[in-house]
Amino acid sequence: MFEDILITIATAATPLLIASVGEVVVERSGVLNLGVEGMMVMGAVTGFGVALTTGSPWLGVLAAIIVGALFSLLFGFLTLTLVTNQVATGLALTLLGLGLSGMLGESFVGLPGIKMDYIHIPFLSELPFVGKLLFGQDPLFYVSLLLTAGVAYFLFRTRAGLTLRSIGDNHTSAHALGIKVIAIRYLAVMFGGACAGLAGAYLSLVYTPQWIENMTAGRGWIALALVVFASWRPWRVLAGAYLFGAVSIGQLHAQALGIGVPSQLLSSLPYLATIVVLVLISRNRRLTMVNTPASLGRPFVPDR
Amino acid sequence: MYRDYKKDGIVPRATTKRNKSMKKTILSFAAAAAVMSFGTMAAEAATKACFVYVGPIGDFGWSYQHHQGLEHMKKELGDQVETAYLESVPEGADAERAIERFARSGCNIIFTTSFGYMDPTNKVAGKFPDVKFEHATGYKREHPNVATYNSKFHEGRYIQGVIAAKMSKAGVAGYIASFPIPEVVMGINAFVLGAQSVNPDFKVKVVWANTWFDPGKEADAAKALIDQGVDIITQHTDSTAPMQVATERGIKAFGQASDMIKFGPTTQLTSIVDDWGPYYVERVKAVVDGTWKQQDVWGGMKEGHVVMAPFANMPDDVKKLAEETAAKIKSGEFNPFTGPITKQDGTEWLKAGEVAENGVLLGLNFYVKGVDDKLPQ
Repeated sequence: MFEDILITIATAATPLLIASVGEVVVERSGVLNLGVEGMMVMGAVTGFGVALTTGSPWLGVLAAIIVGALFSLLFGFLTLTLVTNQVATGLALTLLGLGLSGMLGESFVGLPGIKMDYIHIPFLSELPFVGKLLFGQDPLFYVSLLLTAGVAYFLFRTRAGLTLRSIGDNHTSAHALGIKVIAIRYLAVMFGGACAGLAGAYLSLVYTPQWIENMTAGRGWIALALVVFASWRPWRVLAGAYLFGAVSIGQLHAQALGIGVPSQLLSSLPYLATIVVLVLISRNRRLTMVNTPASLGRPFVPDR
Repeated sequence: MYRDYKKDGIVPRATTKRNKSMKKTILSFAAAAAVMSFGTMAAEAATKACFVYVGPIGDFGWSYQHHQGLEHMKKELGDQVETAYLESVPEGADAERAIERFARSGCNIIFTTSFGYMDPTNKVAGKFPDVKFEHATGYKREHPNVATYNSKFHEGRYIQGVIAAKMSKAGVAGYIASFPIPEVVMGINAFVLGAQSVNPDFKVKVVWANTWFDPGKEADAAKALIDQGVDIITQHTDSTAPMQVATERGIKAFGQASDMIKFGPTTQLTSIVDDWGPYYVERVKAVVDGTWKQQDVWGGMKEGHVVMAPFANMPDDVKKLAEETAAKIKSGEFNPFTGPITKQDGTEWLKAGEVAENGVLLGLNFYVKGVDDKLPQ
């Protein structure tokens, strides 16, 4: 039973982790894309639809990634080329995504979907306590861990990562140094979109294999909050996503055990935990300043 | 009283608490957009019936079923009627705008299908005495052109309880609940009473999801309950996710609001289906004929508002018992809330043979004996 609970936590944390890690890259480049929810729900409907029509969940995942990236391109064009307000454009992207996905998915409502197969390695998956947790989960779980490691390495151990962060910190200086600010931001935004699309596909192909309108139910916003929570660092995003998952699953178990604590209080625990950690982190002002991309959300118009 | 919690959009459907302020802003944008874009305009002769939904028509639950009712009505009445609808209209000020817009655009009858539309509906009704208003799940009829309607879903819950007690080996069922409002508490109590009529020691574990709609969270709640040893799942939340989890874990479950058999062909025992179609036909027809009158309807299985999906995945003797129970409720011979009933704290609620009054039921705020949970107050 203990292992089952751990697996449930991992399942709850994985979509948040994937979407958040993508958004870390976007925000590290100095762009604030509040459209995560919209891109996620587009990924969910695409992943479901393609998997259902082709019979292959992997094609569904691929399509979700592509659609997520394309959808974010719209945001990129508006905010980077036309220099619209990033906050308003991000919100608009969410609204558009929720509406458009509802329309596209109309014929999928009420159809059972295809669930991605879980990995099974003989012997290893059957180990007591950790076998299923480490070696017997859905493939996207491993993808999410690799993605986190990859992004952490890219941002802090490669030259390209340094360039991306420099744009996020001061786009004017980066531009003066000859760095292609807009082009790199486009790539970052598309990466974020692809991740959000993948996270959406996780919902409609692994978590709850079905399509229902608005099925992301606010997870995109939690992913956004996790980015700040983690002070824009990928491994902290992982910790945050799992903490959030653990508390939200834990409170359900506490309720099922009937321990007599009001359920409203238990339900609010994940959010309380998030706030407490945020407060603890922000006590160290210097550390926060170092990690926050200084140009975040600020429009950039090259002077020539 | 299905949507009691939503006084002025405190927790809009399909929304969770965590992103409330942001989501609210968005919802009001959405409402504005929705108001601007609604469909067909009235032709001369046909009666125009308009519907306001709180969720998307693709939720495969509450709003979906209301929309099925609209489609049924359209088919039955044909050319006599023209329809329009607005989906995902948040409760509160936006709802008032949406309803008023409908009233101005020539709607003859407007159905507002969520509890939180109660005050907006009455307010607009005062300004448009010639338009008929029908509000679902509310109790305020401040003007002669406002009627209210609701369904006795708890009758179906009782039958589910009977089946659960027969089918469960563990003697414990898991109940995924949404919000601690009378409608939901009524359902839990009816379920327990049904189960105890078969097995007096039957227990129910309750998990409050604190949302009407969040597939992921509902699935997690189902998993938690199953991990704690329940072998039957029932839900009062709107998505099909718990049904899928039950299928995966190989236990039985009950559907909610619509027939969810496709999501659990070997899992679903039955489902309470909200059938609004006949009521919509009757009321719109009354407007066409000019016989519409104010009323307050609380229909159940007898009136055909609550229908059970086919009893499946159970042995014949259980099926027979379920059918008999259903027949008794349908004929009006039996009311699930008939004494003797003991409250959770051990005090007596109803004496033997005594039947609960509707007024008490509609404000129900306590559990009966056998619920393994503390009711959030």
